[in-house]
Amino acid sequence: MKKGSVKVKRGLAQMLKGGVIMDVTNAEQAGIAEDAGAVAVMALEKVPADIRSAGGVARMADPAKIQEIMDAVSIPVMAKVRIGHFAEAQILEALGVDFIDESEVLTPADEHNHIDKHRFKVPFVCGARNLGEALRRIAEGAAMIRTKGEAGSGNIVEAVRHMRLVMGEIRRLKGMREDELYYAAKELQAPLELVREVARLGRLPVVNFAAGGIATPADASLMMQLGADGIFVGSGIFKSSDPEARARAIVEATTHYDDFELLAEISKGIGEPMKGIDVRQLSEKELLQVRGV
Amino acid sequence: MRVGVLALQGDVEEHLTAMRRALGRRGEVVQVKRAEQVHGLKALVIPGGESTTIGKLMQKYGIDRAVLAEPELAILGTCAGAIMLAERIEGYEQFSLGLMSISVARNAFGRQRESFEAELHIEVLGKKPFPGVFIRAPVITEVRGSAEVLAELEGKVVLVRQGRYLACAFHPELTPDRRLHRYFLEEVAGA
Repeated sequence: MKKGSVKVKRGLAQMLKGGVIMDVTNAEQAGIAEDAGAVAVMALEKVPADIRSAGGVARMADPAKIQEIMDAVSIPVMAKVRIGHFAEAQILEALGVDFIDESEVLTPADEHNHIDKHRFKVPFVCGARNLGEALRRIAEGAAMIRTKGEAGSGNIVEAVRHMRLVMGEIRRLKGMREDELYYAAKELQAPLELVREVARLGRLPVVNFAAGGIATPADASLMMQLGADGIFVGSGIFKSSDPEARARAIVEATTHYDDFELLAEISKGIGEPMKGIDVRQLSEKELLQVRGV
Repeated sequence: MRVGVLALQGDVEEHLTAMRRALGRRGEVVQVKRAEQVHGLKALVIPGGESTTIGKLMQKYGIDRAVLAEPELAILGTCAGAIMLAERIEGYEQFSLGLMSISVARNAFGRQRESFEAELHIEVLGKKPFPGVFIRAPVITEVRGSAEVLAELEGKVVLVRQGRYLACAFHPELTPDRRLHRYFLEEVAGA
């Protein structure tokens, strides 16, 4: 028996495709997410919108809180660690979480080095704003990529920017001659082997979800149509006026993302979305996406 | 012949690719998202994914009723798909089609860190071992009536056939070995 192989780590991400992963802060919210059809939950002490407003250092959640959520649901449970904080990751692996998010939403612990994710049996997901970042994270052992977007903003604009960048760069690689890939790897600051693999496959070698600012069923459809394999919703559900209805609607919209008549039905009467913020009003130091590139 | 892959959630693309290779020019492989797409299929694959999510979406869009209305339809269920085929799911009150006389236990090997790869000996596929990929995998805990065990791993049942139905706890679609998909098409679905 071979445990923790690349195939089973990337494989779990493949099983999540076409699904919605929801941020939850307690057992009750986790139950709501599972009942709505979430494929996994992200166990947190605060959703990103609250992390943003609370300020201070954001760290891994209390393991007791994560355990409470693991005990409450049968679907996979993810949890976040600070960028580069491999001890937090070792603790989460020992706890038995199913997926670790090395996340820019928490305050980075290392300004240069990400975690060496090959050393873990548990798979990791990492954020990326462009193809170079995505491939550097995959080289470090990430089994899944998500756009960074701008977490806790309720504003889709950054997730769109990042997904279009990643997909556009993949299309560019696909059209290149073999002898042009060396320079492309240099430009992307990514390993040549991965650049070649992406050019050959015409996609990332791991699953790529959209995250950071998704708040409505239409947002989920937009990201799926731009090529996302699935959706993370952070603050968008439990910061809205009717979390149950919105969670169900976003799950259905992710499956039926290209059926517009159905999307019109799905989007009806699901209450007020989270308020959200204009990302242009944020100063550079308030942005989460610039952490860990 | 027309083969459908249930495309509500999960590793749909991987099954589409595997099935297209296994079927070749004998027919076409299509995605199934709506109830009206079930009629006219010779066979259906229920992929890996989250069984709670797939079950809810099947019910919501009436795909469960459409499938149950087609007694001739052959079905391959992998991982979450096997759970959908089972009559009984141990310890959980959740939806399943209940087409096979089997009980299943979800996440029977433990959480993700216990997920593994192991070689399987599957007599109906020949002597060469089959690459088994088990991801938060279920096992079949009880086999009743005409259901027949096709493979075990360390005493745990991981592959069962009953008539036109094949329940598989692992993921043949994540490997390049197409023997199980071909077996399903030729021996189970009668391609």
